[in-house]
Amino acid sequence: MSLEEYKGVFIFAQQVDNEVSSIALELLGKAKELAADLDEKKVTAVLIGSGVSGLVDELAEYGADRVIVVDDPELKEYRTEPYAHALASVINEYKPEIMLVGATAIGRDLGPRVSARVATGLTADCTKLEIGDFPLVAVPGHEDEQKHKQLLMTRPAFGGNTIATIACPNHRPQMATVRPGVMQKAAPTKGAKAEVVNYNPGFTPNNMYVTIEEVVKEVSNVANIMDAKVLVSGGRGVGSPENFEMLKELAACFKGGMVSCSRAVVDSGWMPKDMQVGQTGKTVRPHVYFAIGISGAIQHVAGMEESDIIIAINKDENAPIFEVADYGIVGDLNKIVPELTKKIKAEQEAKANA
Amino acid sequence: MKIVVCIKQVPDTKGGVKFKPDGTLDRAAMLAIMNPDDKAGLEAALRIKDEDPENTEVTVLTMGLPKADDVLREAIAMGADKGLLITDRVLGGADTWATSSTIAGALKNMEYDLIITGRQAIDGDTAQVGPQIAEHLQLPVISYAEEIKVDRDAKTVKVKRQYDDRYHILTAKLPCLVTALAELAEPRYMTPGGIFDAYDNQDLVTVWGRDKLDVEDKNIGKAGSPTVIAKASDKVAKGKGETVTPDSPAAAVDYIVGKLEEQHVI
Repeated sequence: MSLEEYKGVFIFAQQVDNEVSSIALELLGKAKELAADLDEKKVTAVLIGSGVSGLVDELAEYGADRVIVVDDPELKEYRTEPYAHALASVINEYKPEIMLVGATAIGRDLGPRVSARVATGLTADCTKLEIGDFPLVAVPGHEDEQKHKQLLMTRPAFGGNTIATIACPNHRPQMATVRPGVMQKAAPTKGAKAEVVNYNPGFTPNNMYVTIEEVVKEVSNVANIMDAKVLVSGGRGVGSPENFEMLKELAACFKGGMVSCSRAVVDSGWMPKDMQVGQTGKTVRPHVYFAIGISGAIQHVAGMEESDIIIAINKDENAPIFEVADYGIVGDLNKIVPELTKKIKAEQEAKANA
Repeated sequence: MKIVVCIKQVPDTKGGVKFKPDGTLDRAAMLAIMNPDDKAGLEAALRIKDEDPENTEVTVLTMGLPKADDVLREAIAMGADKGLLITDRVLGGADTWATSSTIAGALKNMEYDLIITGRQAIDGDTAQVGPQIAEHLQLPVISYAEEIKVDRDAKTVKVKRQYDDRYHILTAKLPCLVTALAELAEPRYMTPGGIFDAYDNQDLVTVWGRDKLDVEDKNIGKAGSPTVIAKASDKVAKGKGETVTPDSPAAAVDYIVGKLEEQHVI
């Protein structure tokens, strides 16, 4: 089979409880950009689930030209095997050049299994994707061996200490999982329609199917920190769970403001894991990120350094957070934060009355 | 019941990241440790063994350089029965596909009811090798396990698995592969007697080269790796902004509010 038979950018349109996950829309945004640099411009979303055809229009509005729907009762709740069978069958049937999957709890389980099944490479947790040449610079005398229009996949490794750009020159599809919150959704086109293809490879349970005994939903009490416009993030330096109240008051001053935290805070049991920013938590890119009492371990920085404006308050002038902060303030957060909240409220009121 | 735990020797990136004067990562100066997720997986295996020590055998397997023998000895000192080191020059430079093909090639020549791997290694962070081994062996996989319970009579394993906003209680038939989170189990310490035995008895660790593996040449090493590194670099830190030390909290507040207004945030 020749590599040229593989065409188009495909994305795995993750849905949970028949709601499209944000990552699917982010992948569509990126897929559109990548397709613009390729010969085949069509972007295909692969939608897998049970009773999910109602989600097609949303995918179309965010950039899918075609939606391949695999709809089967076996696919109601995510399980590795029927989903891997569905996605691998779609790949074998429709031969994408590029297959993007979200680096979510589901995607990081599904991606490796599928890549092993269709015998191609997979690059995990990418933070940047672009089309380019491989090798990046042609070897002198071997210019004709340089491959063009390859997917170049960039990812952090070594706990965020290094970055590597990876290619998959001799296998198709070129597969990547992509960190949620990194790629941008396109602005939706209201009323856009996609070509819909229904495809069912047949599902016969075998030894690889696991049985779901129970699904326990943990109460998701708050909105997702990845959607916040302003994040007021606290570290161990905040001192106690009670002190997070003053962070909440500051966050409440801003439209789309929320509180998040560092791993140390989660480990201490002060805040739930959902609120954690960093390598083992979430990647966030709000407009403003307040790092309050956060020392700035490299694992934390990896999850927030893409924020537009980073403001850090810490009593230790040598804290590494000051290396990435746009505005660093050495001082006592317990005194500064309540005053800051008061002052911002006053300014906002003054402006509202002006 | 035979359990195989796959472990990896990794440089310790947590807290102890060392840089050379030129700013690049100094791997030689970093401690080589047993990958934390793998260690939790080993602990889970040892707890299963504790339930019925006479009828449970825990084998630890690693692929790496000859010095990876150290992590196998550590695992044996913690309570594993024996170790298998897969090492061969031709296996070097493998990506996750080639690594998982190679380890599956060893497992095809071993007996197992349950395979446990760590979710991911702290050097690569890919979380791919476990699920890929399962695919090569056509086994069910349950990744990101927080709890593992084995039913020896029914020959099943019951696992608690976390997703973003929920967890699943899943049952799989044995043989099965489970990937473990570091949170799964706090690893036990090595015992003095265990350390003595682990290092005294050389026979506890078997070494396999390429010829012992049931895998095709096209699927191993650098040549068998679909992915290729186009460029690797130490991360360029975001440019440092300004840091100020105001005289008073009020001065700090004025500074911050000034910047927020300058940036049109308020």
